Amino acid sequence: MSIKADVQLDAKGLACPMPIVKTKKAMSNLADGQILEVQATDKGSLADLKAWSESVGHQYIGTVVENDVLLHYIRKSSNEEIEDITFKHTISNEELFDRASKGGTILDVREEAEYAFGHIEGSKSIPLGELEDRLDELDKDQEILVICRTGTRSDLAAQKLAEKGFTRVVNVLPGLSSWKGDLSKKI
Amino acid sequence: MVVIKMTASDVARKVIENKELFILDVRNKDAFHDWKIEGHSFDYLNIPYFDLLDGVDEILPKLPTDKDILVVCAKEGSSLMVAEMVSEAGRDVFYLEGGMKSWSSYLEPIKVGHLTGGGELYQFVRLGKGCLSYMVISEGEAAIIDAVRFTDVFTNFAKEKHVEIKHVFDTHLHADHISGGRHIAEATGATYYLPSKDAEEVVFNYTPLEDGLTVEIGASQLEVGALYSPGHTIGSTSFIVDSRYLLTGDILFIDSIGRPDLAGLADDWVGDLRETLYHRYRELAEDLIVLPAHFMMIDELNEDGTVAKRLGDLFADNHGLNIEREEEFRHTVTDHLPQQPNAYEQIRQVNMGKILPENDEQTEMEIGPNRCAVR
Repeated sequence: MSIKADVQLDAKGLACPMPIVKTKKAMSNLADGQILEVQATDKGSLADLKAWSESVGHQYIGTVVENDVLLHYIRKSSNEEIEDITFKHTISNEELFDRASKGGTILDVREEAEYAFGHIEGSKSIPLGELEDRLDELDKDQEILVICRTGTRSDLAAQKLAEKGFTRVVNVLPGLSSWKGDLSKKI
Repeated sequence: MVVIKMTASDVARKVIENKELFILDVRNKDAFHDWKIEGHSFDYLNIPYFDLLDGVDEILPKLPTDKDILVVCAKEGSSLMVAEMVSEAGRDVFYLEGGMKSWSSYLEPIKVGHLTGGGELYQFVRLGKGCLSYMVISEGEAAIIDAVRFTDVFTNFAKEKHVEIKHVFDTHLHADHISGGRHIAEATGATYYLPSKDAEEVVFNYTPLEDGLTVEIGASQLEVGALYSPGHTIGSTSFIVDSRYLLTGDILFIDSIGRPDLAGLADDWVGDLRETLYHRYRELAEDLIVLPAHFMMIDELNEDGTVAKRLGDLFADNHGLNIEREEEFRHTVTDHLPQQPNAYEQIRQVNMGKILPENDEQTEMEIGPNRCAVR
């Protein structure tokens, strides 16, 4: 299956350093939180994109190989991550499975690409940006356990859900960046 | 200011002649820590090229003004970009042609010594990877031992010397680099020898290399003799050339000894390794000059760039030859095995003839240090 990205960058056939030079330029035109797909044939681009993303603070999500083309996914670092968590009802990562087993729905509000490269088995994916249009996919009678990478997007999602009349909503902290258990892939 | 190309051969001369060089390595940090160009008098600065895309101002104060500066990357492109930026900032600077890829494949042929009847022995030093290959030349004929995959280097060298390659040997089935032996033999009509105990799974024809086999190079009495010396692999075989040189393959190095685990059989083979190093080699003349198939550190190079040392001196100095208790030897060899070489399983498959990857893939497999030894 193809993985959803906001912008595609064709760096096929380019040798180092061009894939990174082009990625840097493309990333500067993205909005915070958006995802770039970099298509490259240079095998060295994998280690370098990972290291570059880390050094400038972007989130390297993962890479798939399709017909000798490497598809790298990177999410632009986002200022939202440093805002305060304001939604009052929270639980810890460790409490999540217990609450889910009592009939709660785990709602993963990260981008589809992030979900594809690693998510909790059985969790439902609705990216934060699509949440308002997809509320009908959620059951108001069930507890909704909202999770993201660091707790910030899930905080916004939880507030949104509460605003829309969902009464049983909790934010799961600190989120998947600190998740100790197994993650499933969908690629 | 100008950007000047430096070749792997130029860098090799600097290593051997102990020259100073400042290397600005712009690969990512993991790659640099794993493997870099080693020189006695080289200084290093590692800043990934992707941290320099906005300019090189921050590193300019760190670049010396009294030494040549060489920018190095994996394949050349990034080093050229950074070199141009440094040059625009007003500094003369070199870049490495072909990058680490070319460094990994460069061979420097160095004469080890004269042999009986006007013969010569050459060591081909692959500085970037630590591999050593050999060519014995006598009266118009040549034998090659442990050739690496750049077959042209050997066939061209033979042409220059006006000799015909008659015998091609591999001391064992290599796991850290791809052998060129079989292909040289095919191209020249030479006989290709491989120890049959290492060759159970190979899919091509070879002449079994047995203990005690001798071949004569040229018309005179110059002999290359095989000595079964298992331990790194079950088939590992050493050679005695002209009663003067002992080619030890991956059994004994200058500052370390072979590791027995690359075929997954460390516990089975450690006893063989002990037997070879502590008994078989002990029976040989101490004046033999040991010529291994690898070196691990630049410190193992002699002043002329060769890697060679008297067997008697190794008995005195090499830690791996001085572990008295067998139990302790077993532990030393099997407990502290270093990380395995890059793609060693695949490399074994290539050397068995089971897979035939493209040239670029072979380069990828061989990237990185060789890691064949335990100290």
